[in-house]
Amino acid sequence: MFQRRALVASLLEDRPANMVVVSSLGNPTWDVAAVGDHPLNFNFIGAMGQAGPFALGLAMAKPDKRIVLFAGDGELLMSLGVLATIANQAPVNLAVVALDNESYVETGNQPTATAGPTDLEAVARACGFVQTRSVVEEGPLDDIRDMVWQGEGPLFVNIKIVAEALPLVFPYSFDGATAMNRFRGALNESGTG
Amino acid sequence: MQSQENIDWHQDIFDVLECQGIDLIAHVPDAGHAPLIRKCDARNDMDVVTLTTEEEGVGLLCGAWAGGRKGVLLMQSSGVGNCINALALPVICRVPFLSIISMRGEWGEFIPWQVPMGRGTPKVLEAMEVSVFRADAKEKVGETVNAAGQFAFNTRRSAAVLLSQEMLGAKQFKEG
Repeated sequence: MFQRRALVASLLEDRPANMVVVSSLGNPTWDVAAVGDHPLNFNFIGAMGQAGPFALGLAMAKPDKRIVLFAGDGELLMSLGVLATIANQAPVNLAVVALDNESYVETGNQPTATAGPTDLEAVARACGFVQTRSVVEEGPLDDIRDMVWQGEGPLFVNIKIVAEALPLVFPYSFDGATAMNRFRGALNESGTG
Repeated sequence: MQSQENIDWHQDIFDVLECQGIDLIAHVPDAGHAPLIRKCDARNDMDVVTLTTEEEGVGLLCGAWAGGRKGVLLMQSSGVGNCINALALPVICRVPFLSIISMRGEWGEFIPWQVPMGRGTPKVLEAMEVSVFRADAKEKVGETVNAAGQFAFNTRRSAAVLLSQEMLGAKQFKEG
């Protein structure tokens, strides 16, 4: 199992200029923020279950950008259906990275369904994702990083991580409009309209 | 003068979508929206996304708007209840959000299961800061969608058009 902060950092270090990162509420957002602020990050702090649909909409609007979604197991379990929607739209520029610690750490370590028989990679494959991977043992990440950065999407990587409560690292702004205006401006360069 | 029966209000909605540059159509299908969905599906310059549940449409359209595209969520009134928490996203991020909703549970409804969410639909929308525009007659549909779209995209707020069951024609299952 991986330590989540080091894992996310190694997947985002020296990221390509066309990479856009979306993170689901809670720990994935703190993990992405811990790597460093970036105008092409959009970090959820609420609206659980909406990060996947949001990333799909982005991927459809911005085919020239690489969209990478970091989502917790709890987030994905709340809206499993979106994996079917993504697979059917099949955006080649979308990579989903599941940070699977088998628990709701922020609310007191209650187990999620993936602590039981549920396998998110198998769900993604059954929904129609062609390229999927599961990573359980800690090891070199070069091939995973290549896959996330440039593998043909939509692809899904499930990575088992340690269930640990870490210090919160806040993103650019807790105010959604402030965060959205900067993100949209950076994404579209010519302004926010 | 055109009679009510001859008004192609699906075409009127389609024309508004085209005029306003709305080219991403997200939906959980409903018979009331079917002709519009068919028209959009026939266009190469529109994307039609069939959702597994209505709340996916909220995040999808917000992400698309962040990327510079405009979309609309088509659903039945029963789907509004599925969207409640998701509707926080456009509100808190000041993202324009537009939905067109075919009503059930009102004029002439005969399925009792449709009634609670039908009655709750405008209240739920208003509770989540969605401005509600109602179309009760066929000749008003186009201008109502146009007004709601202008409102949503110009003021960066959420707006919904309710297509009344009286206008749609209450569905009747005939036995035998």
